[in-house]
Amino acid sequence: MSAHSQIPILRIGSTLLVSIQIDLHDAVAEAFQADVLSAIEQRGTTGLVVDISGLDMVDTYVARILAETGRMAKLMGTSTVLVGMRPEVAATLVRMGYGLEGVRTALDLDDGLALLGHVIARR
Amino acid sequence: MIQVAATHRLSIDCEGDIIAVRRRVRDIAELRKFDSFATAAITTASSELARNALVHGGKGVALIEEVTDGSRLGIRIVFEDEGPGIEDIPRVLAGGYTTARSMGLGLSGSKRLVDEFALESTPGSGTKVTVTKWRRF
Repeated sequence: MSAHSQIPILRIGSTLLVSIQIDLHDAVAEAFQADVLSAIEQRGTTGLVVDISGLDMVDTYVARILAETGRMAKLMGTSTVLVGMRPEVAATLVRMGYGLEGVRTALDLDDGLALLGHVIARR
Repeated sequence: MIQVAATHRLSIDCEGDIIAVRRRVRDIAELRKFDSFATAAITTASSELARNALVHGGKGVALIEEVTDGSRLGIRIVFEDEGPGIEDIPRVLAGGYTTARSMGLGLSGSKRLVDEFALESTPGSGTKVTVTKWRRF
């Protein structure tokens, strides 16, 4: 598994788990997306959980990268859940007019894995 | 009357400078005891506006000012670039203007995150955006 983005990708069965703890600027963001898609391709991945509890700020650039990653994963048959968004990040995104429509979210990792289980069972 | 207590001038020449600007803004907001929501708002607006200056202006400058107005305490930031400027300001502020690298929400979104917002732009000679966030009591 490549790790060009310096964001570790963990696998639990058929689910991938990534926790973003660093600033996603251009170079990191592209490497992150490439790493996630390569990991999905490897074997039987059905779900992706992206934890952003480490981000104290999500601007429209980072939000776009996150939404894009979910859409890319979807094209490869993997469902994505975004977890751990902080209250001030949620408030800021909505006030800016960007509610991350089309992205599944859950409060925390536990809820995210449970939601993913339901989504995948329904497919 | 608004008085300037301290100024910090940061140039925006590369992507790393966007991160430097928003980190400095966050540090000042936290030092001045802004609540976490106001801190996130002014930090995020700074990130959007610094990126706009870099993407649309090629490069720019952020002048961060710690200001007071009587007993009120605030952060005022001026973003300036010498890019092509904005032809249709109302359309940009309505959020309908999109480019390849932004979602067109940078300016309109930033405006909603701050208490005061001023945009001056002359096609051909650049753009100046001034935002102010006041600390809530």
